[in-house]
Amino acid sequence: MSACFPLESAGSQPPLGSSTTCGPRVSELTEAGNLAGVQHIILVLSGKGGVGKSTISTELALALRHAGKKVGILDVDLCGPSIPRMLRAQGRAVHQCDGGWVPVYVDQEQSICLMSVGFLLENPDEAVVWRGPKKNDTPPGTSDEHMATVDALRPYGPLGALVVTTPQAVSVGDVRRELTFCRKTGLRVLGVVENMSGFVCPHCAECTSIFSRGGGEELASHAGVPFLGSVPLDPELTKSLEEGRDFIREFPESPAFPALLSIAQKVLIEAPARVP
Amino acid sequence: MEEVPQGCPGTGSAQAGRGASCQGCPNQRLCASGAGAAPDPAIEEIKEKLKTVKHKILVLSGKGGVGKSTFSAHLAHGLAEDENTQVALLDIDICGPSIPKMMGLEGEQVHQSGSGWSPVFLEDNLGVMSVGFLLSSPDDAVIWRGPKKNGMIKQFLRDVDWGEVDYLIVDTPPGTSDEHLSAVQYLSAAHVDGAVIITTPQEVSLQDVRKEISFCHKVKLPIIGVVENMSVFVCPKCKKESQIFPPTTGGAEVLCQDLKIPLLGKVPLDPHIGKSCDKGQSFLIDAPDSPAALAYREIQEFCGLHQPKEEHLISS
Repeated sequence: MSACFPLESAGSQPPLGSSTTCGPRVSELTEAGNLAGVQHIILVLSGKGGVGKSTISTELALALRHAGKKVGILDVDLCGPSIPRMLRAQGRAVHQCDGGWVPVYVDQEQSICLMSVGFLLENPDEAVVWRGPKKNDTPPGTSDEHMATVDALRPYGPLGALVVTTPQAVSVGDVRRELTFCRKTGLRVLGVVENMSGFVCPHCAECTSIFSRGGGEELASHAGVPFLGSVPLDPELTKSLEEGRDFIREFPESPAFPALLSIAQKVLIEAPARVP
Repeated sequence: MEEVPQGCPGTGSAQAGRGASCQGCPNQRLCASGAGAAPDPAIEEIKEKLKTVKHKILVLSGKGGVGKSTFSAHLAHGLAEDENTQVALLDIDICGPSIPKMMGLEGEQVHQSGSGWSPVFLEDNLGVMSVGFLLSSPDDAVIWRGPKKNGMIKQFLRDVDWGEVDYLIVDTPPGTSDEHLSAVQYLSAAHVDGAVIITTPQEVSLQDVRKEISFCHKVKLPIIGVVENMSVFVCPKCKKESQIFPPTTGGAEVLCQDLKIPLLGKVPLDPHIGKSCDKGQSFLIDAPDSPAALAYREIQEFCGLHQPKEEHLISS
């Protein structure tokens, strides 16, 4: 899962101060006011792997940046941290300061910063083999990461969760369970995003529902949460992420662009400026 | 798995039961007597139980959503088309059990008999076991922590009454988590043919495959080979190919060449697959002539006949 932190004001303190170190003390990231400068916290969840959660997090961050916001991304995917590569930040070193770990700024303007366990692995091909309980009090595992993250962020009143699925029933099945998790933990669901929603053949413009259809909307309706939109498949998007490029800036004509922008806009509507 | 005290020297160490931190630990006497160094008895029990299983194949992937469960389900379907082959499919993805849905077995219950848990039989020669069968509602979230998951894996391997089985296919969750370690640990005494690793062509997936391969080496699990899923898309209308998930770093082909691991096959994207899985049917039956079905058949043959070569066994 990842957490997107769109910020209203820069301030001099690092927007994200703490760590997802190899000992997954997710609780450390909320130590001593490190998240005090963060206005809104959005968790991007799925419950199913490979539906494009990191993609959506990254694109949401880029879209929010284009809307003039400062954004932090916390990638707590302990076993497969993809986000550094998506923002051309792989191999960057992280430093510690008195306030905690300093997140990595991925752009010159310092409008997007990122903290990922991917930065803490010496060898990118290294397997992160977790077995818990180990030296820490938070056992690893997908469900454990979720619980630990939600518990750690709860005092900061997260805006809510964006839940990502693909259209087919098998994804929807897993994501239904994730929505239950949100309900059980009192996490508000901002809405469902359906990713990989069809592919338009570049040769003949025929649209094919490669991963079945309709699942996202049905799921949102069944769970009584908003449906935020469908993002179609676009090889340019996949390539952009591989190369760490800014898809929002470079491919405004892509069929995925309007969908991504619309999702970002809906998030912004939900996030009124906090009264200081 | 009990809570270990801070500074526990480890149950297998010479200091077991003797260290300062051992004071007050419920296992202290056990460790001091040297019994802590003994392996989990379940490992032997599982070996005995699985003696009637001829071939065991683990299906792994580093990354989620690459089609691992789809592959496991269809490998099982394909092998079971021969009525004389007994096939078993075990879904140990405790938090995201997709197999019941894909096999059209949602809502089925497992039963206990004198000889253990009975798998759900899709056909006379195809039995399925999944934690999904233990959830009372499809909305139920499975929020378990490590030791409980570990216990579930142990139960599945030790207490399920599989009977005489030619192939046991184990569908794992993605990554290198507790579930993997548990499965490999418990199967370590019984001969595991090896692992099939599933990937898609893009680097973000291959990155995780390299980690998965590294995991296999670390735990001495032989690798049967790699399957590249979602390779190309052939438009059903104009029949032209598109690369939806471009292999920017050469895809599985280059990875396999570099790491000297067999590439078992490349499966194209095919809307029939998703449709069949949604209906809980085998797309090998629904769309037997599709390029994807043909690719699966070739891979299945390889898994059916394969004996892992020496160089893919214990290494590093």
